[in-house]
Amino acid sequence: MDKLLNDFSPGLFVVSTILLLALIALMVKFAWKPILNSLNEREEGIQGALDAAENAKKEMENLQADNQKLLQEARLERETMLKEARELKAKMIADAEEEAQAQARKMIEQAQAAIDSEKKAAMAELKSHVAGLSIDIAEKVVRKELSSKNNQLELVEEMLGEATLN
Amino acid sequence: MKIFQQSFKFLALVLFVVLPTSIFANDTKKEGGQVDTKEEVEAYILHHIQDSHDFSLFSYTNDAGERKHVGFPLPVILWTSEGLVTFMSSEFHHNDDGSVIVEKDGLKFAKIHSKIYELDKDASEVKFDEDHHATNGHKVLDFSITKSAFGILIIGLLMLFWFSKLARQYKKKQIPTGFGRVLEPLVLYVRDEIARPNIGEKHYRRFTGYLLTVFFFIWVLNLAGLTPLGFNVTGQLAVTACLAIFTLVIYTASGNKDYWMHILWMPGVPVLIRPVLAVIELAGALLIKPFSLLVRLFANISAGHIVVMSLIAIMFTLKDSLGVVGATGLSFVLSFFITLIEVLVAFLQAYIFTMLSALFIGMAVAEHEHH
Repeated sequence: MDKLLNDFSPGLFVVSTILLLALIALMVKFAWKPILNSLNEREEGIQGALDAAENAKKEMENLQADNQKLLQEARLERETMLKEARELKAKMIADAEEEAQAQARKMIEQAQAAIDSEKKAAMAELKSHVAGLSIDIAEKVVRKELSSKNNQLELVEEMLGEATLN
Repeated sequence: MKIFQQSFKFLALVLFVVLPTSIFANDTKKEGGQVDTKEEVEAYILHHIQDSHDFSLFSYTNDAGERKHVGFPLPVILWTSEGLVTFMSSEFHHNDDGSVIVEKDGLKFAKIHSKIYELDKDASEVKFDEDHHATNGHKVLDFSITKSAFGILIIGLLMLFWFSKLARQYKKKQIPTGFGRVLEPLVLYVRDEIARPNIGEKHYRRFTGYLLTVFFFIWVLNLAGLTPLGFNVTGQLAVTACLAIFTLVIYTASGNKDYWMHILWMPGVPVLIRPVLAVIELAGALLIKPFSLLVRLFANISAGHIVVMSLIAIMFTLKDSLGVVGATGLSFVLSFFITLIEVLVAFLQAYIFTMLSALFIGMAVAEHEHH
């Protein structure tokens, strides 16, 4: 202990205190402050970058979800459009069929009407023709019947007999 | 170009070391200078452990039998009975037993075991009593730039250079290059492994500057002590005491109400025991903590120096029993491995000192939840 105290140099203590105080002050001012500040800044920068990356990832996920949603919507829309088109098609076909049927019916009716009138005309013509023929035949028959006097009398008799019956 | 720059730096360093030595090498004195016996080894080691007033790298005896010292002198600054006196340490001519007396400003000075004595006016030589204490002189306040003070200056400037360079690098780029890339993880280590966990997230920023300075100061000086430059700065009681007192002042000044409450009037124990605890706690906070800091660092580093030098001395002390080759080999192997351990100790002691400082500061600023 005596030796230790003897070794202790108060002068060196004072000198080293002054030097150390100066060293601490200078180191803090010129080295540690700027170094620690830069390190903190850098760490904050790294943290910020990491956060930004995380945010970007989240945004990306959101975007993807949005895209999915849009895609889903588009698909649905397409389906409804297709459905509508199909319906429209069916309707158009049905309409066209109906119209065609109506047309056909109308045509048939017209044809029938024409046939009827033609038939009537033909009948009338046939009737008149038959009447003409009958008269011709009757004329010829009559002419032949009335060629003799007896025949004429007989006919008159017959006719008279019929007339009385009426 | 890079290599050229590096070699230029190296050359500058070599010149820095060698140039002043030429000034000094002329100072010669006839004396033995051999360190052979156990007593001489012990004296040599004790001399090395002590601070010295000049920076000597090594000494040798030339062909003419003159003792040459290679190194350079340092300024001696004394506060004497008649005010400030300064001269260069070369005036003592490497004498350490008081036989060379320097006369300056009408005062006489002698250097005995690295301490400078102011002799009485009428004295012409130093007189000693039986305990080898000077009787006709007294110690003066010695503010000399001793080897340790010089070491603090050099290492301080080196630290300033390294770390301010690192600080400037951050202005231009995010990631430092070169030596800064080595320093940055160390700074981060001290901040994240020492300051932050021990002091706490809320307060650590205020103290990180001090802790970083102390950590690198102790570590670099410990390592410098392992070089042949022979610094023993962190093995000087005055320096470790100064560091410990800084820590003491910092944690005492920043102690909060809870801290003082736990020291002076410990809550949660019977009232009668509280004054006893207060005495113990006060002694702990103001004496034991800084004392443990200063003694631990001083003792570890001094012990390291003593062990390494003793193992080197095996070369001489066991020369007779083991032969020259055996003694040298044994000395080399042992001192080599001890030096490796000392490299570890250099870091460890810096770490422990900083860690404990952080812990003490952390205890002073901690916010307790109330019981």
